[in-house]
Amino acid sequence: MANDKEKSKSEGEPTESKVDTSRPREPSFYEAQKGWKSWAFTLDHKRLGVMYLLSTMIFFFIAGMSAILFRTELLTPQGDFLPWLNQQLAGMMGQPISIEEAAAQSGTTYNKLFTVHGAVMVFLVIIPSVPGALGNFLLPLMLGAKDVAFPRLNLASFWIYSLGAIFFLYTLFMGGLDTGWTFYTPYSTNTGTAVISATAGAFILGFSSILTGINFMVTIHKMRAPGMTWYRMPLFVWAIYATAVIQVLATPVLAITLLLLMVERTLGIGIFDPAMGGDPVLFQHFFWFYSHPAVYIMILPGFGIESELIAVHSRKHIFGYKAIALSSVAIAIISFVVWGHHMFVSGQSELAGIVFSFLTFAVAVPTAIKVFSWVATLYKGSIAFNTPMLYGLMFLFTFTIGGLTGVFLGTLSVDVHLHDTYFVVAHFHYVMMGGTIIAFIGGIHHWWPKMFGKMYHEGSAKIGALLVFVGFNTTFFNQFVMGGQGMPRRYYTYVPQFQEQHVLSTIGAYILAVGLLWTATYLLYSLRKSNDAPVADNPWGGASLEWQTQSPPIEHNFHDTPRVTTGPYNFPQIDRTGEVDGH
Amino acid sequence: MILSMFMGPPTEAAQEVAKNTETVATVEPPWETLHSWAPLPEASTFAPGTETLYMFIVWLSTFFFVVVMGAMFWFMYRHRRRGDDDKTSSITHNGKIEFLWSAIPAVLLLVVFVWGELDFIKQSVLPPDAIDIRITGRQWSWTVEYPDYPGVSFTSSTETPEVVMMVPKGRPVRLTMTSTDVIHSFFVPVFRVKRDVVPGRYTNLWFEATQVGEYNMYCTEYCGEQHSKMTGVVKVLEPELFEAALLEAGKLERGDGEEDKVYGARIYKRRGCDACHSTDGLAKTGPTWKGLWGRTETMKDGSTVTIDGAAGENYISESILDPNAKIVSGFGGAQMPSFRGQLSDEQIKALIAYMKTL
Repeated sequence: MANDKEKSKSEGEPTESKVDTSRPREPSFYEAQKGWKSWAFTLDHKRLGVMYLLSTMIFFFIAGMSAILFRTELLTPQGDFLPWLNQQLAGMMGQPISIEEAAAQSGTTYNKLFTVHGAVMVFLVIIPSVPGALGNFLLPLMLGAKDVAFPRLNLASFWIYSLGAIFFLYTLFMGGLDTGWTFYTPYSTNTGTAVISATAGAFILGFSSILTGINFMVTIHKMRAPGMTWYRMPLFVWAIYATAVIQVLATPVLAITLLLLMVERTLGIGIFDPAMGGDPVLFQHFFWFYSHPAVYIMILPGFGIESELIAVHSRKHIFGYKAIALSSVAIAIISFVVWGHHMFVSGQSELAGIVFSFLTFAVAVPTAIKVFSWVATLYKGSIAFNTPMLYGLMFLFTFTIGGLTGVFLGTLSVDVHLHDTYFVVAHFHYVMMGGTIIAFIGGIHHWWPKMFGKMYHEGSAKIGALLVFVGFNTTFFNQFVMGGQGMPRRYYTYVPQFQEQHVLSTIGAYILAVGLLWTATYLLYSLRKSNDAPVADNPWGGASLEWQTQSPPIEHNFHDTPRVTTGPYNFPQIDRTGEVDGH
Repeated sequence: MILSMFMGPPTEAAQEVAKNTETVATVEPPWETLHSWAPLPEASTFAPGTETLYMFIVWLSTFFFVVVMGAMFWFMYRHRRRGDDDKTSSITHNGKIEFLWSAIPAVLLLVVFVWGELDFIKQSVLPPDAIDIRITGRQWSWTVEYPDYPGVSFTSSTETPEVVMMVPKGRPVRLTMTSTDVIHSFFVPVFRVKRDVVPGRYTNLWFEATQVGEYNMYCTEYCGEQHSKMTGVVKVLEPELFEAALLEAGKLERGDGEEDKVYGARIYKRRGCDACHSTDGLAKTGPTWKGLWGRTETMKDGSTVTIDGAAGENYISESILDPNAKIVSGFGGAQMPSFRGQLSDEQIKALIAYMKTL
């Protein structure tokens, strides 16, 4: 073997040596059918996965850009950017306004922007991203199945998701929504903005989420290849399973809550608004009964990706397989009884606060087990520093911070101080962005050759990873400090004391945006026709089934039904001489 | 001034009014002296407890973060891939280690939970001998009243941060809070206290200040357009100075020989009219007062009212006492609370006199 090839392999970069030449290459699922109908009416889970990937990325861009706009506003305490922007926009519409008038509107503009950011990120990006894109693409491949259990239902899910997304876009362009993604009553009952179309959108999206969840659960129960026992499933599948359980059980509660809100707004029936005899705190109970489990709908798939990244790129059996698999299930169950920790200062009873605080600490334990197990997996491995692994390691760094800062917020007396300050903002960005999104980007890099049969430029990808890491931490780390000093959330003007920290955050946000745009650019560039270097079926040396088929896979995934005789993390490099305790 | 860019050039009359109304209520905002990275002062009996626990968790987290990251970086260095045929260990699990790293965090978390819970209970049990304060939140102002001192009341302004609450050092204070519209949240960082202010019910909060000074107070539950301006200043005084200062600052009574329009301007700010009604021509939540006198407004039902003479006076007092009777077209309904029983006839008269100057 040539020396330069040796070198590239030793850095853990993809190798071409494993292209299977024993069998003539068959057309991939892209080539099997052509034309727009082959996409719009496809029953192929892989095409649906690609379509989800594209749509979540578009919404990620929209939501990210709105964050850039409001971070720019926060450069100055009194906020100079949005007044200027409002004035420019009004001028372009042919209705010039004075800067004072523009400034008077900028509070509402800011509120709409952060609502767009939060609602789109939660409902259109993070919730559908990993299950919709990677889950759809990979689940049947990892299980050795031809497709999901209900391919038509899967197609319906995608189009229901699109319909919900259209309602959201309608909301954005019809004057916007200013309730925040939480729709707290009675503000959402009384505000003049487009609450109905936004809640209708979230309501419809919920159905997509439920149908996808049911589909995945049935697929995992019934479609596993012969020999694939529950404990031989990749941990990504376990995570998707736990997610699906929450999606099916929790989402209906959100749907009913939003329906009640729509009834209250349109028919004037008092449910949540005290002016009509309702109870506003009841809304918070209903809302968080869904939305706290939804936090785990968002993070569990990220955990699943992380397990794959860490094991495959250190070529070592994941440490504590059962503990990681079952802790996902434990988290899914406990997540249903911790919603009240969003409401310690809301006026719920003190006893309820104490019980919810205790249960919140209970959910911290399985999460800690996972982090320790991932780090232990690295021990005596063969760790490659390619882009997917860099994101995997980045996840450990940022998610550990996100997890530890959750302890502050679960602690009653400390949460009284930190609740609704920037500390909370920083915490959930470290979990949602530093956890799910970082894992998602890592997963995209990990499975990119499998999904598209193309390889991105490794050097560019490393630069992108560095920009994302630096930008993310610059944006959010100092927000912990700011929150501790009492800077409240959702303020478009603030006291000058906090300006240095806000400027730092905004600079970080710009770096992060550049990093993400850079990443999108080289990934899309890798899809060009002239990039025709063959990609190995198994460029990283993975041991789970998705690596045993062609890249990109053939239409029916496998030539023959795979037979599974071992677990997903038994890499050939594992030294079996002198087996150690516990094997 | 922070919000100067939101205000048009003050009219001459308003300037004159402003000169005469420089009472004790206007103070230098305390935050302009604070540095970005300075530690937050501890100014109540709760603050040291919360701060100690906060720092305990900071150190605990730092310890675990260093251990986990230290191990990760060490393994990254020690077990980096050297060649494609590196052998890796066949370890798959280890019951003892897994038990330890579940049990140790569980015990530590339990300690943190109990600690936080005990402090929380202390904050939840209201002391019997406290000074009572009633707080009303509305979009976007706070009204603070003292039942023991009838007539004393403060209302925050969205334009300038002002003292809206005075409390004595070393005596417990008990707040009973409610809202007239949406949910707000009362937050004073230096006291480490926060509680939502919910419409349709009362919530309680108590604290005992330990340091004389002026401190920021915020609304921390998102409540709409001017949420970030629903702020004020809490002033902690020596107990022997408290009563006199409170009576001096809080009474919204006509000063000796104070003109109607000057008194009206004071009411305009102190009762929070300025949150929704501008004096520079800008339409906020409600119609502007600039040029209001003499203007003809079209109502939602299509009728018109010319605000002049006796009809004008009637319309204005009706709008203050029964705001939803006639709503100017283009403005949302049911936004303004009634001031019946809160403003006297004399005060309404003064407000009208002030409007006429604008």
